[in-house]
Amino acid sequence: MNRFCSLVSGLVFGLGLTLSGMTNPEKVINFLNIFRAWDPSLAFVMIGAILISAPFFYLAKNKNKPLFAETFSWPTVKEIDSKLILGSLMFGIGWGLIGLCPGPAIASISLLSQPSFTFILSMLAGFSLVRAYNLIK
Amino acid sequence: MTIINFTPISSFLGGLLIGLAVVIFFLGNGRIAGISGITNNLLFSKTNRLDNLLFILGIILGPILIQFFTGTPIPFVIETSLVMLVSAGLLVGVGTAIGGGCTSGHGVCGISRFSSRSIVATLLFMGAAILTVLFKGMI
Repeated sequence: MNRFCSLVSGLVFGLGLTLSGMTNPEKVINFLNIFRAWDPSLAFVMIGAILISAPFFYLAKNKNKPLFAETFSWPTVKEIDSKLILGSLMFGIGWGLIGLCPGPAIASISLLSQPSFTFILSMLAGFSLVRAYNLIK
Repeated sequence: MTIINFTPISSFLGGLLIGLAVVIFFLGNGRIAGISGITNNLLFSKTNRLDNLLFILGIILGPILIQFFTGTPIPFVIETSLVMLVSAGLLVGVGTAIGGGCTSGHGVCGISRFSSRSIVATLLFMGAAILTVLFKGMI
């Protein structure tokens, strides 16, 4: 059942990303372009998503276990450290350069776009670099 | 500043679906639907590998289903400069790996849990992205 849940969750996520317009890098760039010709639409994606998920995260605090797994994996890291700050700034610069963040990049695999494959491979290379650095450190 | 291509309703409805997906993944499997983390773990960790794979497959199926039912191609306009694509991909990969999340993990899940760490991360990556677009438009 948890396998089915993962697939359905991913599918609903993919439908949401596509319907919202997040999957189009041009629309993302227009959303980030607040000082010139601005498309504010994507602010409504975050508002809609948080409106649904926030009450459920609040309710889940009083639940012992999820429906199809043994425990809730609440994030344990709480510190606001230099890694969080540097990482978020780097991610923001990368997002602003092309208009793709990880979710829409993955969704765009279905569109068989060569530039998006280049982006995804580079993103995976980025994951690997951090992984390699943490192993040799 | 002028307002262009404003689609608040479809964007809001898409957002509701994303929120629903987050709720299904958390109440069902007890996990945070952070896509950079799930993709990273699919590559390097044996833990929950099949679940991570199915989640990613689900995301890829999303645009295919919408295209199938609406009969219109999904709009996708992207810059094609190789240098830009590679730099952006590397920055997003390294950045989300050391910052511990992206638009979904920090931006949606973290803010929904009122995590101060995620709120700081979201303000920083939004700010950096806005400034990047501003500076790129100047050159």
